[in-house]
Amino acid sequence: MTTPLVSIDNLTVAFPIGRKLFGPPPMVKAVKNVSLSIPKGSFVGLVGESGSGKTTLGRAILQAAPITDGKITYDDGERRYDIASLSKDKLRDFRSQAQLIFQDPYAALSPRMTVRDIIAEPLEVMGLTKTREETDARVREIAAKCRINLEHLRRYPHAFSGGQRQRISIARTLAAGPKFVVADECVAALDVSIQADILNLLKQLQRDLDLTYLFISHDLSVVAHVCDYVAVMYLGEIVEEGPTREIFANPQHDYTKALLAAIPSLDPDQRSRVVSFERGTVTVDG
Amino acid sequence: MSLLSVENLSIRFKTDEGLITTVENVSFDIQEGEVLGLVGESGSGKSVTAKAIMQLNGRNTVYDPASKITLHGGPDIDILSLKRERDMLPIRGGQISMIFQEPMASFAPAITVGKQMVEQLQIHTTMSKAQAKELSIEMLDRVGITEPARRFDQYVFEFSGGMRQRAMIAMALTTKPRLLIADEPTTALDVTIQRQVIDLMKELIGDFGMSILFITHDLGVIAQTADRVAVMYLGRIMEQGAVRDVLRTPAHAYTRGLLNALPNLDNLDAPLTPIPGDIPSPLERPSGCVFHTRNPELAPGSRYETEIPPMSEIRPGHFAALFPEDVQ
Ligand SMILES: Nc1ncnc2c1ncn2[C@@H]1O[C@H](COP(=O)(O)OP(=O)(O)OP(=O)(O)O)[C@@H](O)[C@H]1O
Ligand SMILES: Nc1ncnc2c1ncn2[C@@H]1O[C@H](COP(=O)(O)OP(=O)(O)OP(=O)(O)O)[C@@H](O)[C@H]1O
Ligand SMILES: [Mg+2]
Ligand SMILES: [Mg+2]
Repeated sequence: MTTPLVSIDNLTVAFPIGRKLFGPPPMVKAVKNVSLSIPKGSFVGLVGESGSGKTTLGRAILQAAPITDGKITYDDGERRYDIASLSKDKLRDFRSQAQLIFQDPYAALSPRMTVRDIIAEPLEVMGLTKTREETDARVREIAAKCRINLEHLRRYPHAFSGGQRQRISIARTLAAGPKFVVADECVAALDVSIQADILNLLKQLQRDLDLTYLFISHDLSVVAHVCDYVAVMYLGEIVEEGPTREIFANPQHDYTKALLAAIPSLDPDQRSRVVSFERGTVTVDG
Repeated sequence: MSLLSVENLSIRFKTDEGLITTVENVSFDIQEGEVLGLVGESGSGKSVTAKAIMQLNGRNTVYDPASKITLHGGPDIDILSLKRERDMLPIRGGQISMIFQEPMASFAPAITVGKQMVEQLQIHTTMSKAQAKELSIEMLDRVGITEPARRFDQYVFEFSGGMRQRAMIAMALTTKPRLLIADEPTTALDVTIQRQVIDLMKELIGDFGMSILFITHDLGVIAQTADRVAVMYLGRIMEQGAVRDVLRTPAHAYTRGLLNALPNLDNLDAPLTPIPGDIPSPLERPSGCVFHTRNPELAPGSRYETEIPPMSEIRPGHFAALFPEDVQ
């Protein structure tokens, strides 16, 4: 086992909900007491019921969700970041190391920027390229890798299909050359053919650039193909984790079993099995 | 009885690079109570086709004069002839509801989810506010959102990705549309919830004869939901027919390519096989069969490079864009 790049210890993330006239607002714990370590160079899958806290956990690692309790450390051997208490300078530095691919590309792309500018922005903001020519070259290189038509670089996002937007969002994330990527349902909007392409690309980048991924997905067949390790979330907690093969061969939690059984069959006359489990929701405290 | 017919639909967009063709000569029918699946790679024109039915494409859209979209069952409505926004209002969200591919696009960020659902119902039905609220909460519950009454008062940003998608589905279904256009409605949902949502849609088909145009890239979902399926590539329909026929005995190389690219759960070591080659630039639309540049089954110099193949009938109701000599 290699040393962890990201270690999460007893993490809790709570959001205030509603308003109260007096006293603190009631809180909802989206992530409860979660511990997970993500080894350097690994492709860790995070699956779980809708609303179980996957996106929140991913965002917390990138300092984009409030850390109510617990600790997250990012340590690549040279640099070490304590996510809950990053100074402004360190945060900026960390942002060039760790990036998020969003679940909803519509929300992620600014409608007033061209595709070229969207992909170039992180490069420019972080000062990773010196000249416009250098930026352009880098943008074209990454766009080609993500199968974005180079003639499209001048267009605005509204002129694109859902899958094309998703690829633009992936290109933007990868442009800055991050070492750690949280990919939140990043292939869900893609058809099988391009999905296969992008997954192959992510895998290849993992090998070439020694990238580490936290890959959030509800699609088990995709997770099975790309992840070496899987964690299953349920109601804000990690209820099961292990090497992908073991989880698939021998699921323990009811939710994992239900997921495996319900995969829609390609045969219209064969209904997938239904395994029941108790649906839950994170509860309100206080 | 046909509910919607789309005839010779061709759509172009005016762009800086010139007029680009995104949909070309597309025809299909949707029967009352039927689920028609529309599949195809990213950028093939599925959403643009769906938005044409609602007249929601941008101002730079040019419909070819031969294009015709008719809503039947009642006095026929020639949709593309409705030029004013207010003529479309009773149709959008009333007779036809659409679930959009990107949930964030269909909710206003500063209004609670519940308030938006109630407003929608008040526009299209005679329900009172209290009835509208009750129905909205019931629908949120039926799409699997736990604690629906609490969620009703939340904003979209407080919802997880899957909840946003389900809230949108609930909102689209409350008005009991005659046609539901569902554009990738289940991409953010895991298979267990996907199943619940699909079962709910089927129930509503039984309850009040709703028809669905179901757009997805997930062939498994199509197999489980659709009666018929149309396969699109670069704005053209490549194959169309009963789901069983198309998925079991695909006639077109493109359909076979899509089926081949699916991850195989029985063999985790099998590499993923995308369809070879790149989707051509919209400015360089291939002549002949638009798929010929990526079709591994064609010999060089084949007819498909220059001539557009007709929709040939493979078996009753099953058509593919093939020359008759290639139909077995
Ligand atoms: N900004 C926020 N304010 C209040 N509640 C929030 C906020 N963000 C998330 N939540 C709540 O936290 C819980 C977990 O949400 P999260 O988005 O992490 O789920 P998820 O596992 O990613 O689900 P999905 O698969 O549907 O995307 C949900 O109950 C959600 O409503
Ligand atoms: N307003 C517009 N102006 C210019 N081009 C557009 C516009 N809207 C869509 N297009 C182009 O039309 C083509 C078809 O887009 P559409 O959204 O229908 O694809 P899709 O089949 O739904 O793909 P996906 O599976 O990725 O959602 C794309 O190449 C897209 O770039
Ligand atoms: Mg999420
Ligand atoms: Mg689309």
